[in-house]
Amino acid sequence: MTVHIEKVWVYLLVFVSLLALTAVTAYVSFLDLGPFNNVVALGIAFLKAMLVVVFFMHLRHSPRLVPLVAGAAVLWLVILFALTLSDYLTRGWLGVVGR
Amino acid sequence: MATSDARSFAHHFDSAEQQRQSAALGMWIFLATEVMFFGGLFVAYIVYRASFPEAFAAASRRLDVELGAINTAVLIGSSLTMALAVRGAQQGRRVPIIIFLILTMILGSVFLGVKAHEYHHKAVEHLLPAHGFEFQADQARAAQIFFCLYFAMTGLHALHMIIGLGVLFVMLILAARGRFTTEYHNSIECAGLYWHFVDIIWIFLFPLLYLVGRHG
Repeated sequence: MTVHIEKVWVYLLVFVSLLALTAVTAYVSFLDLGPFNNVVALGIAFLKAMLVVVFFMHLRHSPRLVPLVAGAAVLWLVILFALTLSDYLTRGWLGVVGR
Repeated sequence: MATSDARSFAHHFDSAEQQRQSAALGMWIFLATEVMFFGGLFVAYIVYRASFPEAFAAASRRLDVELGAINTAVLIGSSLTMALAVRGAQQGRRVPIIIFLILTMILGSVFLGVKAHEYHHKAVEHLLPAHGFEFQADQARAAQIFFCLYFAMTGLHALHMIIGLGVLFVMLILAARGRFTTEYHNSIECAGLYWHFVDIIWIFLFPLLYLVGRHG
């Protein structure tokens, strides 16, 4: 297995896509979509991050271990968020006797 | 076989390719710890924004969305030039490596310059979360939390950029000495992975800090 050298137009296409997505996320933030503003903002950010990881960071031509490590990082981040928020976001759900 | 010719890999590896993959994997594991490092700040942001949504929106409106967007574009551009520098190294071509590394460092410096300008502007507007903080009275305390997080997150990000510029400077010297060949370009590849990671952090910081309260 030798080093895969990406074509320049692939990098340029990713670059243009990232710029376009930045413009879209900035534009959409000025529209009132209610709770979907957050969904769109984070969805676009995640898409941009994936473009960087897959193409600029060569994930698609890396050995299987690399996506595993990247996925593990995301998994542990989700655990951090989920366990913390399962506390903070649910504190108001039940009345506490004596409070 | 290990002969007296100039081997491009250390004795405990079977091949240059194995050495390269090991270096990249090690870098990815380091970046996973960096995700955890920034993750703590992101979770703090979520908790406080969920607690004080209006104040966070009002405080976010005090940031300059145009400068934020321009800086996002600058950083994305620097990721492109970094990717092209690594590509040059993979081909063992010295001139493109040097040109694209210098371009990357210029764009990184522009980003930091704009950031410094923004910080200065916040100080002038009395938005430093310290003595003398001025904000609409009923939201002042929560807005201070927003600006604490703003400076902590963008400051930690800027610190990573500064370290990245130092790393790129070392890569520039190595490139000028002709150290990168089609056989060996591990260090510049790892530097590239780091630079792209710092870009990704900003990709999340931009909407979370600058775009929260723009609508309505």
